[in-house]
Amino acid sequence: MGELSHKRAVSAMPVAGSFKSIDFALSNMSNSHIKKVAVLTQYRAESLNQHLNSSKWWDFGRKQGGLYILTPSITSENSYWYRGTADAIYQNLSFLKSSHEPYVVISSGDCIYKMDYNKVIEAHIEKKADITVVYKNLNLREDDPTRFGVLKILEDGKIAEFQEKPLETTDHLISTGIYVIRRRYLIELIEKSNKEGRYDFVQDILVRYCGNKSFYGYRHEGYWSNIATVESYYKTNMDFLKKDVRDYFFKSYPSIYSKVSDMPPAKYNPGADIKNSLVSGGCIVNGEVENSILFKKVFIGNNCIIKNSIILDDVYIGDNTVIENCIVESGNTINANTSYVNRIDDAEEEGDIKIVIEGNERYII
Amino acid sequence: MIKKEMIAMLLAGGQGSRLGVLTANVAKPAVAFGGKYRIIDFPLSNCINSGIDTVGVLTQYRHLRLNTHIGIGIPWDLDRNHGGVTLLPPYEKNENADWYTGTANAIYQNMEYIENYNPDYVLILGGDHIYKMDYEVMLDFHKSRSAGVTIACMPVPWEEASRFGVVVADTDGHIKEFEEKPEKPSSNLASMGIYIFDWPILKEALIRLKDQPGCDFGMHVIPYIHERDSSCYAYEFNGYWKDVGTLGSYWEANMELIDIVPEFNLYEEYWKIYTNNDTITPQYFSETSKIERCIVAEGSEISGEVKGSVIGYDVIIGQGSLVKDSIIMSGTTIGENCVIDKAIIAENVSIGDGVCLGVGEFAPNTMNPKVYAFDLVTVAENSQIPSGVKVGKNTAIVGKSELSDYPDGLLVSGQSIVKAGDEQ
Repeated sequence: MGELSHKRAVSAMPVAGSFKSIDFALSNMSNSHIKKVAVLTQYRAESLNQHLNSSKWWDFGRKQGGLYILTPSITSENSYWYRGTADAIYQNLSFLKSSHEPYVVISSGDCIYKMDYNKVIEAHIEKKADITVVYKNLNLREDDPTRFGVLKILEDGKIAEFQEKPLETTDHLISTGIYVIRRRYLIELIEKSNKEGRYDFVQDILVRYCGNKSFYGYRHEGYWSNIATVESYYKTNMDFLKKDVRDYFFKSYPSIYSKVSDMPPAKYNPGADIKNSLVSGGCIVNGEVENSILFKKVFIGNNCIIKNSIILDDVYIGDNTVIENCIVESGNTINANTSYVNRIDDAEEEGDIKIVIEGNERYII
Repeated sequence: MIKKEMIAMLLAGGQGSRLGVLTANVAKPAVAFGGKYRIIDFPLSNCINSGIDTVGVLTQYRHLRLNTHIGIGIPWDLDRNHGGVTLLPPYEKNENADWYTGTANAIYQNMEYIENYNPDYVLILGGDHIYKMDYEVMLDFHKSRSAGVTIACMPVPWEEASRFGVVVADTDGHIKEFEEKPEKPSSNLASMGIYIFDWPILKEALIRLKDQPGCDFGMHVIPYIHERDSSCYAYEFNGYWKDVGTLGSYWEANMELIDIVPEFNLYEEYWKIYTNNDTITPQYFSETSKIERCIVAEGSEISGEVKGSVIGYDVIIGQGSLVKDSIIMSGTTIGENCVIDKAIIAENVSIGDGVCLGVGEFAPNTMNPKVYAFDLVTVAENSQIPSGVKVGKNTAIVGKSELSDYPDGLLVSGQSIVKAGDEQ
């Protein structure tokens, strides 16, 4: 994620104007009536913790269940950080052991999707699966399968082979990182892994046991995207400029929830000209914005031209500034008369999205 | 119950009949303002920002929308273990069952609620004004003068003073007399209808005047207290304050928000106005949209041209449409190729394609000339306007209107359509 991850964990990345990446997974949990959710965090957790300071926005503040944030803590047995995804679960095994729910749904916080997990659990029970992996048919023109776990699925849905981030592959069924497993079985597998000094859930459990146990796949038909690289983060956000993606997430039941930030309505002064863009609350726009996404509380000065860019929260852009094909980091102040034109159609240039970070002085009026 | 130093009583029971069809189904404090807010959000936000965490909201007229909006007060941080917001409609008692007959009568009927908190001071607020005020500063003033009652007053232009209840006070703020709409005003301080009382003094006055029909603060309680020589003081307030009681002043106050530097600043970090709404999705502007001098709330999709307007949540404006100098409230859809000029369109209205609102010249309104006198097209909530019709200026439309309601596809200026099931 380049410099974007200096400030926050990927799960706390702002997405689609007013949301954070983790809101999608959390809302899906809440909408599937899963009452007890644990969020395991480690890297740069402050932005995430701040966002999750009150569980009521996702309806988890109830007498039963709840939202738990599990960070590594020093115990009498170990003082390690999480050494891998399986180790993260191992260090919180008491949480799993003291729960009574029969199934566990595991999801990562950096995927954008809408899913009713109950359907996955039903399929899991029907197939009498040991683990159900939700997979998706990847559009090879849009993304690269070697970033993900690649699956070979049999006729009846059983997973024949699981390759994690292969060097080369012609397959296009990829794991979405969403798994359903029986709680007791998960505890068993995790304890075994830890005894063997194995700490990664995907490598040491999924890939390792794939042949021996019955792992089944569940196909997800709707939109799914992972934002773990700058390119995919940019592309996922730009997808929200398409009407069908917007309608799928925002205009159809159930909704995606997020923490309310009480922003005033967006204000458009003379000189504002917006085309094919998303604007969030609290923005004040005086310039031209095209094919872009403005997150909350962005100020665009006079005569600015913003094209094909993502401007994150609380950015102040001075007059006469040009920004093209960039992602501007949140909280920045861009002085007047600056230009960040990133030509990505030149053959010689790298073709990457440029990340702009500027921490100038800002005078609050 | 825990003792509170000061509690607020918010009078939100009025209809606001001068807002015409906008208040046909909702109380005036529940009418939308500034795209995403409702009028009552302003006094409520002022309360919590001033540190008042106990507010009784007195409702009476059509309070369903207000109740749903306020709920248990989460958006204003008024969901408390002790105190918080409580909705107070009139209720049946042992001896009698009365509606609230006047502002003071409403407080009198809820004395038990106030006694619960054993407050030293009670703040009386109206629920239908747009302003930002720190009530704690007013309380400090009240305490510093050892006043029995402090009345918040605003200086108004001398030419206008004869329209208001005017307060004559000395330099210290001590009130010498009251003049109700005087011909030759001796002062230009108009009462804002915001009072802080010492609770024992207010309680005694309410009990004394309990048989006064239509017991009102301005007309009965304050003069009673003044006569008994309890010290009445005037607290001068110099900020933005707007009474949005008429369609004209309501429209003007909304339009003031879209000035380049609006007098009423919604963008202040430390005095936020909170409101209750689930919609947080960003607003979308298509390739064909054009926008100039507007404010737009979350979730809206704009494909047409919008000029000098206030747009609420989840509003859809179709391609080729032009919306000018108008207020479009939440949930409304405007079809393609429409022209909307100087209109107030309430919530969840659906307007077909090719509709023109605000054509022609001004003509006095035949249904209610006093209410509809501002050259505006007013459309009530949940109404429908069929495709292709034209509507003149200074008109009102209520209900699901059909093509047959428009002779020759035109509603002449000054006319109104009221469909059965909706009474004005």
